[in-house]
Amino acid sequence: MTTEVSTETVTVTVDDIEVTVPKGTSILEAARKAGIDIPTLCHHPDLPDAGVCRMCVVEVDGQRNLQASCAFPLTDKVEITTHSPRIHQARRDVLDLMLSEHYGSCRTCVRNGNCELQDLAAQYGCDYVRFGHKTKATSCIDNLGPSIVRDMDKCIQCLRCVRTCAELQGIGALGVLGRGSTTEVGTYLDIALSEVNCINCGQCINRCPTGALSAVDNTDLVWAAIKDPTKHVVIQTAPAPRAGIGEEFGLKPGTPMTWQMNTALRRVGFDKVFDTNFSADLTIIEEGTELLLRLYKNLVLGDTSQPVPQFTSCSPGWIKYIEHQYPEYLPNLSTCKSPQQMFGALIKTFYAKKNNIDPKDIVSVSLMPCTAKKFETTRPEMTDSGFADVDFALTSREIAKMIKEYGLDLPDMPKSDFDDPFGTASGSGVIFGATGGVMEAALRTVVELVLGIKVEDLFEHADIVPVRGFEGVRYVEIQIPDKVGPVPAILADLVPDWNWLKGATLKVAVAHGTANAEKVMEDIKAGGKFSECHFIEFMACPGGCLGGGGQPIPTSEAIRQARANAIYGEDAAYGEEGRARKSHENPPVMKLYEEFLTDGPCGHISHHLLHTEYTNRGTFIATKTKKES
Amino acid sequence: MTVRTPMTLASIEADAGLKAALALDAPGVVAEVKDSGLKGRGGAGFPTGLKWELAAAAPSSDGKRYVICNADEGEPGTFKDRLILSEWPDLLFEGMTIAGYAIGAQEGIVYLRHEYAYMIEALEGRLERRRKAGLLGDGILGKKDVSFDIHIHLGSGAYVCGEETALIESLEGKRGEPRNRPPFPVVSGLFGKPTTVNNVETFAWIAAILGKGAKWFSAIGTERSKGPKLLSISGDVERPGVYEFPFGVTIAELLKATGGEKAKAVIVGGASGHCLPPSDFSRAIAFEDVATGGAVIVIGPNRDLLDVVENIMEFFVDESCGQCIPCRIGNVKILEGIKALKKGECSSEQLLDLTGLGDTMQVSSKCGLGQSSPNVFLSMVRNFGHEILDRAPASA
Repeated sequence: MTTEVSTETVTVTVDDIEVTVPKGTSILEAARKAGIDIPTLCHHPDLPDAGVCRMCVVEVDGQRNLQASCAFPLTDKVEITTHSPRIHQARRDVLDLMLSEHYGSCRTCVRNGNCELQDLAAQYGCDYVRFGHKTKATSCIDNLGPSIVRDMDKCIQCLRCVRTCAELQGIGALGVLGRGSTTEVGTYLDIALSEVNCINCGQCINRCPTGALSAVDNTDLVWAAIKDPTKHVVIQTAPAPRAGIGEEFGLKPGTPMTWQMNTALRRVGFDKVFDTNFSADLTIIEEGTELLLRLYKNLVLGDTSQPVPQFTSCSPGWIKYIEHQYPEYLPNLSTCKSPQQMFGALIKTFYAKKNNIDPKDIVSVSLMPCTAKKFETTRPEMTDSGFADVDFALTSREIAKMIKEYGLDLPDMPKSDFDDPFGTASGSGVIFGATGGVMEAALRTVVELVLGIKVEDLFEHADIVPVRGFEGVRYVEIQIPDKVGPVPAILADLVPDWNWLKGATLKVAVAHGTANAEKVMEDIKAGGKFSECHFIEFMACPGGCLGGGGQPIPTSEAIRQARANAIYGEDAAYGEEGRARKSHENPPVMKLYEEFLTDGPCGHISHHLLHTEYTNRGTFIATKTKKES
Repeated sequence: MTVRTPMTLASIEADAGLKAALALDAPGVVAEVKDSGLKGRGGAGFPTGLKWELAAAAPSSDGKRYVICNADEGEPGTFKDRLILSEWPDLLFEGMTIAGYAIGAQEGIVYLRHEYAYMIEALEGRLERRRKAGLLGDGILGKKDVSFDIHIHLGSGAYVCGEETALIESLEGKRGEPRNRPPFPVVSGLFGKPTTVNNVETFAWIAAILGKGAKWFSAIGTERSKGPKLLSISGDVERPGVYEFPFGVTIAELLKATGGEKAKAVIVGGASGHCLPPSDFSRAIAFEDVATGGAVIVIGPNRDLLDVVENIMEFFVDESCGQCIPCRIGNVKILEGIKALKKGECSSEQLLDLTGLGDTMQVSSKCGLGQSSPNVFLSMVRNFGHEILDRAPASA
């Protein structure tokens, strides 16, 4: 993240190489532009610079002391030296100091092989610990929550997690406690992370340079289920992991691994591999119907019990965020469960019955880009099938670990499709993985169901480009023509006609990252333009699910962009291959309404299995639900 | 706190400086301060006039600027600002008002050391009196377009908040942690506005300079260190207290005046200063020679230097803000080394690692705290190597 950069430029020399950069550019960026690498630790491209680790120090002509290159904005012509005996000594000392405080064995660390401290120690030839090292743990590992583990003995206090939580996500569940030698990263009142207003987004994990922050690991439990012959172990896979998991196997970000992964998962031992995009399509039908009903009740019947705008409910990080920060707006949330949970409920009811399997013998696993999904599976509401709807939510990193443990090289796997009866979903399900994707999928369906015309008539290739992109908050208006279609059969019991929508302007918005969600929510509270929206998509993570806290590490906007490209590429490929690209055109979904959800979208059966309710939690300390306590 | 010498500040005519300042235009005031050669009395010695010039010239989107008085006098061994705050606070407020006029600020804040909370009532009373006398508020001294007011903000006891950017963070309601510089406070200070942060003594001398003229001030002192200086002298001396000397006074002269001639070492600059041996006692207190914010700690012949530096490093281990690695962990490692030295268990090679670490802390810590916390240790090792190393191992 760059501080204010102007249009004026300045020319500086870095190790005798001249480089011209906009004024305000940091020395670090200027050096990188000149092809010179400076070691960093507390710097992260997504975050404002803190300048606290002092690894990136350089000599700046005219300055008595070394300067942190990440935090030094260039305004004048200066000479910069990135390697000198003084610099070398300083970096080595800083590393030795960090190592002296860092407790834990690399061999058993979740970040073994992908740790910035380990890399720097190797790069700087740290062959012994000059300033000693900790021989005993001094912190209690905080693994009380279902999503995130904190091992503060591994923390080097680069404060990336603190900046991620406070500035990138606008939450502040993690902060700095104490002073001097007893300074540490902690929580409000130093209680467990799961007891404060943490939303489990895991963005801190993605930016932690060491193993101090990690996701709860459920792989041993899943291995146990796989090894148990009495268990039928199924896995549903979300769209975002496919675009990222290749990175764990040395592939470039944005290399899709959808079909190879299906094969690998079967080899690892999963009995069935399902596509979460199926239930994403189902979500669109349910949530789109709910939206149309909400608008009809509000705008035509004057019933405001279900207020507008309707907020999406797929992102469990966002759900916990609004439960903590804006509980007065919980009625605006769509009551739809997330695709993961809808699928979970179907697997232990519809699928179990259809295949004559006792649901108690089904172990339902999900592959998610997300750490908050782990928390979501433990919500007491998520048991409508009579069992835990989903037993284990595994992250992309956990699944990569299982595949590696099995000795498989993912890119080498032959391709295979998903299992029936759910089959492959539509392209709309795929784009759920990117910010704006749920909105685009919903619009594709709502426009066609309402207008009786093809989305392609409004947007080329049905690509609703205005809702795409990485801008933090996006606002789009869609003009509905004066001609609307008939109410399709599936919705015939719910609304008499669409005439009330003739000539209306549909106002929608998209926000990703909770700091951006906060902007939208504050605007709504103030009665701003977002309060006049009809539908708003919120995703807790920057970039949407593809930037989720369970995705491969590292992350940056460039990496997230590459993953987004992979996701939109897969949607486009669906079109080229003649597969469905709209949720309501997904045949197995429509068949589900004929066979199982027989009273239609938002009917009694779907309400029982696919919809849920929310909890007002405390602003700082998490309040438990009645069922939890 | 005993006053040991006649004090120039005691004889300054009240508000003569403010009247003289308002007779000039703002750049004229800055020019007068520049002509006086006044440098920051907190210890860093930055030219005050230049600081004001920069703060006045820096753009401010809404025109707001701030004057902050750093009254967080926390350096161990320093107590001269306390004298000004308790005896001549009007000089301080007058100096701040002049600063406000000079840089175009309408708001001044005194960041008062937590331990000086007992003074608040008296200081507030003085401020109220000045408001009633038309020396603060709108239309100061009857000049319609001159507005300035001062409020007092009590610190919470962190030493690091004496560092100006940490002080500003604290004023903004955040953890008192130093910021990255640049940008400097004169460009982006309190709430991102141009801000001048000056020491208590600096503001007091401002009132005197404007009243008596830059020439009067610049005639005192040395070529590069102008004016009189208040010194807090403590330790193994017969007459500890606050002294006023012109810059250029030698350490030997200080020892004579205080009855500390037997000293084996003098720490100039307080806990973050330098430990000087007798061979340096002929050196002068001045920015160009031995610089100090005013703390002089005299170490008598019977003191164990390792006890002294151990005490100092324990202070820094606690008072580091904990933000940057060289300071947070470095101070701990040096303290561990001192404890080992005391037991005769620190090899010369380890000591070399520790002095190297001290050098690293000086050049790579984020702020002045970590950059100066190893000073006493390093100067002791360099100046008193034998005393430090000649210890029998604990087991012997």
